Amino acid sequence: MTDYLIITGKAVFIWAIALSFIPLLIWFERKGAAFIQDRAGPNRAAVAGIRLAGLVHNIADVIKLLLKELLVPPHVNRLYFMVAPLLGFTFILLAFAVIPWADVLEVAGRRISMQVADLNAGVLFVLAVTSLNVYGIVLAGWSSNNKFALLGGLRSTAQMISYEIPLGLGIAGVFMAFQSVQLNEIVRGQGELLWGFLPKWGLIVQPLGFVVFLAAAFAETNRNPFDLPEGESEIVAGYHVEYSGIRFALFYMGEYAGIVLSSAMITTLFFGGWQVPWLPTDALVAHAPTVLRVLLAAGGLGALVFALLMVVFSRRIRGAFGDLREYEGHVLGIFNIVVAAALLIMFIWSYSITLPEWGARVVAAVAQVSTFLLKLVFFCWLFIWVRWSLPRFRYDQLMRLGWKSMIPLAFVNLLATGLVLLLIDRG
Amino acid sequence: MAFYILAFFSVLGGVLMVTRRNPLSGAFALVLSLVSLAGLFAGLAAEFVFILQVLVYAGAIMVLIIFTIMLLNLNPIELYEAPVGRFHTVVLVVLCAIGLAAFIQVFSQLPSAVTAIGPDFGSIEGVGELMLTRYLYPFELVSVLLLVAIVGVVLLAKKVI
Repeated sequence: MTDYLIITGKAVFIWAIALSFIPLLIWFERKGAAFIQDRAGPNRAAVAGIRLAGLVHNIADVIKLLLKELLVPPHVNRLYFMVAPLLGFTFILLAFAVIPWADVLEVAGRRISMQVADLNAGVLFVLAVTSLNVYGIVLAGWSSNNKFALLGGLRSTAQMISYEIPLGLGIAGVFMAFQSVQLNEIVRGQGELLWGFLPKWGLIVQPLGFVVFLAAAFAETNRNPFDLPEGESEIVAGYHVEYSGIRFALFYMGEYAGIVLSSAMITTLFFGGWQVPWLPTDALVAHAPTVLRVLLAAGGLGALVFALLMVVFSRRIRGAFGDLREYEGHVLGIFNIVVAAALLIMFIWSYSITLPEWGARVVAAVAQVSTFLLKLVFFCWLFIWVRWSLPRFRYDQLMRLGWKSMIPLAFVNLLATGLVLLLIDRG
Repeated sequence: MAFYILAFFSVLGGVLMVTRRNPLSGAFALVLSLVSLAGLFAGLAAEFVFILQVLVYAGAIMVLIIFTIMLLNLNPIELYEAPVGRFHTVVLVVLCAIGLAAFIQVFSQLPSAVTAIGPDFGSIEGVGELMLTRYLYPFELVSVLLLVAIVGVVLLAKKVI
């Protein structure tokens, strides 16, 4: 019974994080684009004057998309047309099952692995499931019975097949370097130190593999500079041109869930996953009180700085609107001061208690999950950064890059890795 | 229970694949069948085969087939009914049923050799080790054969143009 509860809890936790990243990323995208293009970005939508710098705009979007008519054009293949958006979203969410969020947690004599399914095949499961993701796009493109949509579907198919090879080969180098295909084992391997001071991250032992994998991951998520399946200037919007309302939103959400998944994979394979640099799990558990205090102090000080920023903000907008929006800075500032006070009180209180064994382990897991999420947010931001910085490839450039540069590079990486491993083995 | 569900879907996919008029529907039915089959492999503790079945067959080969079908852009007129009479169909189905029954009969007569499988069975390490030790020569021969096939296809395709 408890086992089922634990598994359900893990699944809910991981999907909740994956899903709540989607509005965050949409906000990132809008504000990031505005920042890069020197605009203000969304700043109008407000609930009782609270705008959260445009984050509230997402609520308006969701309401709009839910209430819009689900248009089914007369010329489409109805069954496939309705199934396609579901497929595009389901497989991405399925792949989150094997991402580890922290080291195995030992509480009350139980070993709880912090991933939903600790499969032996590990990374290959992610590859297999995301390779099914293309069916959503293909079905949408074909069933729409529309030339532009079909072209988008075709482009996406060709692109996915071409870039799946460098993606897989790039990961193969990581397998060789860490001698495992299980994601948790790979992350644990990245906790070691190279020459005594450098964390043995995938980036450091597999630099070429990282470049190949990063580019292929961008191509797999259909993001700029690889967003030819959408290509709004050439084929309107590609495969989802006939979709409206929440069905369109599912494609949109699938794209962002794909970004989160790719970022999670990049973090796990090349940036140490949940590893806090220089602090393996044992050290975290041994120094749990210090870790707890650092976490509390960092959270408290962060909230305090935010509250100070809010003071500056409300001074700046004083008298600019003449309605509830002027009090946003006060509300958020007071909220943050309360949070900061609570965290700092807990910080002081933490000196008067001794952590039990399980508490130390939970603190270590919290530190690891926070590290993972920080890295994850950075790579999500990288996706948006690249999108608004680079222009789109032309189709022949895309294919040439995939087949004539990426695949040979991936092979060179494999050979070099094998050679280095052999030399290390010989002594 | 899981076996019956997966077996049902794999058979359903196969039947739909043969009976659908539209080639793309047929291809998607085949995808359903292949994925269900992958599930059956997973049930047999053959994890690596399960992953490869999804990754290679459902994820790559079927995508290529669908890509080709979409490029061919068949007209509904070209998809006329196959010239097989109703009588032939019935005879064929009956023959298949008899064959299947005989097959099941023969296989249930065979002595069942239940052996305990090691913890390594079906894992990537296990399969990889077998491939590179016991089955090294067949493995290398197959890869050479595939290479020859690829080169041959490129050569033939170039000749047409």
